[in-house]
Amino acid sequence: MDVALKIWRYNPQSGERELKRYEVDAPEWACLLDVLDIIKDRVDGTLAYRKSCRMMICGSCGMRMDGRAILACKERMKPIVEAGHVPVISAMGNMPILKDLVVDMNPFWSKIRAMKPWLEPGYEEYPEGGEYRHSQEQMNPIHKEALCIMCGCCVSECNSMEADPEFLGPAALAKGFRFVGDPRDTEKIERLELYNSEHGIWDCTRCYFCNERCPKGVDPRDAIAKLGAESVKEGIDRDLGAKHAKWFVRSAMTTGWLRETELVPKTQGLVEAMKQTKFAISLARRGKVPIPFPPHVAKNVREARALRDLVRTQGRDGALGHVQGERALARIEHTEEGGAQRDAPAVTPGEKPPVAEG
Amino acid sequence: MKVAYYTGCLATLSAKELDSSTKALAPRLGLELEELEAVTCCGAGDIHEAEPDYYLHLNARILAYAEATEADTLMTICNVCTLNLRQANFMLQNDDVLRERVSDNLETVGAPRYSGGVEVKHLLWLVAAGDGYEKLKEVAHKGLKGLKVAPFYGCQILRPSKLMGFEDPDRPWSLEAIIEACGGEAIDYPAKIKCCGFPIIQAREETALGELIQPIEQSIEAGADVMVTPCPLCHLSLDAWQQKLEAQEGKTYQMPILHLSQLIGVAAGLEESELKFKRHVVPVGPVLERLEAP
Repeated sequence: MDVALKIWRYNPQSGERELKRYEVDAPEWACLLDVLDIIKDRVDGTLAYRKSCRMMICGSCGMRMDGRAILACKERMKPIVEAGHVPVISAMGNMPILKDLVVDMNPFWSKIRAMKPWLEPGYEEYPEGGEYRHSQEQMNPIHKEALCIMCGCCVSECNSMEADPEFLGPAALAKGFRFVGDPRDTEKIERLELYNSEHGIWDCTRCYFCNERCPKGVDPRDAIAKLGAESVKEGIDRDLGAKHAKWFVRSAMTTGWLRETELVPKTQGLVEAMKQTKFAISLARRGKVPIPFPPHVAKNVREARALRDLVRTQGRDGALGHVQGERALARIEHTEEGGAQRDAPAVTPGEKPPVAEG
Repeated sequence: MKVAYYTGCLATLSAKELDSSTKALAPRLGLELEELEAVTCCGAGDIHEAEPDYYLHLNARILAYAEATEADTLMTICNVCTLNLRQANFMLQNDDVLRERVSDNLETVGAPRYSGGVEVKHLLWLVAAGDGYEKLKEVAHKGLKGLKVAPFYGCQILRPSKLMGFEDPDRPWSLEAIIEACGGEAIDYPAKIKCCGFPIIQAREETALGELIQPIEQSIEAGADVMVTPCPLCHLSLDAWQQKLEAQEGKTYQMPILHLSQLIGVAAGLEESELKFKRHVVPVGPVLERLEAP
């Protein structure tokens, strides 16, 4: 089939950027990476991109197609060609471009390293039997995070990182939960303290681009939520983000609805809130600062309070509260009309498969 | 069509104009709203993050009260409510053991059980397609007369698309379709699918403003007269925090921001008492005056 591509070239010596069009003949089974190989082999040997395994496991070939971060080895070209579309290929975002489609991953790796990405098992010698054993159930909480291949697709589109380049970001924080949730690790509290830094967990703006882009189903945003849940569970709640979250819980239990006007002092403290007086007055003039008295109380709010008391006795607090829904969410699949269907198989990766009888 | 109507928090607090314009508009679009009274906040991203098991139960309780109205659809008017409720709903619909446990807990505290019979849909989706869209074309007779409108989707009505499934999260079309059906001109710009910064505007204002600047400046550069959003949190960020962005950048933007229900409401000829533009921080008046000129 005839494949056409436009590629954003970048020459680091001259600093020039140019959108160049290429047309090559490729086999029908070709993915984007195959087409890049054909271009480099037959048309222009100076084209630069990273690759290694060609099978979605090394994480080298992250790049953008039509503005979306993808793995070049995962994108089949046939449907694109059949649609008559000429995609634009460019380097990933949020990282400096070195040449053409190659980005500088050093900032990415330094954030991964900052998470202390190794196990602290708390023992030096093997036990007498030769190994420590853990059940599948104990490992399920980090099943998704352990799938990360560190390709950078999530980081490429992270909205918080565009505004705060120091944000640890989705890949590093997902890696962090891979250790926080590991039953063999003994430094959970130290890790949570570390990840609660200014550019950590609570810097995430919940744009969900990372979940959308991850080619491996890691869902980094959900991993960040698991870290937030574990932090609050362990009483590590000094960050304004954690205080903000706790006020929502308090509101739901007391009036049912958000106590919006008290949210600022409860998050930032009274002194900081006072500094915002001029801003608050400008909003109050437009009715944007609802008077908190008498409070807007939901009917039957007692149920919402009783529910919290009840669920806190049932052992699904912290990250387990997120993990318990993963099995159901993994069953959602797209239909052509959009929406979701529910007839996926009952086995979820990471769980024990049913044992055959006989 | 009868739908259970979930206002969410903001539409009854700082964004009352969203609730009043939605209620005024609904009958004209063939939507019979049954407002849920015994429900609470969905917890935003906050309870979901801090106490996920409580988040699931709060949302299950909302879904259970919606199911009790015998409507098939629970209509939302906020992106964050939409994600929270849809996510909880999929968890409960696709896992019988989890749903039984949650239903038992609901019953224990005196709330109805939930059997999984409700679909959660945002007003945007009900108007952008099907009968709602046909009705829209009928009621938008007053038109927007060539008004240049920048659609701003926000995040949690597009992503994760696995939970939303209504449209391509990178090439959405629904707001554009509505703007054009109302006689306006939809303006295109890259940040229309990005974050407004609101979830962290209290805890990380500098980062949040770094996100907010993109849609504001890009829509101005693209020539928009006004922006429209389906989310009251995006609205608060774009409208109320715009002055902070102006102070930080030393610029004057004065970009008026409409709720989706207000945009359609203007085209449908709703009254100011229903649209409540006086509650906006950035004045909408100048744009509307231009509309009324021949």
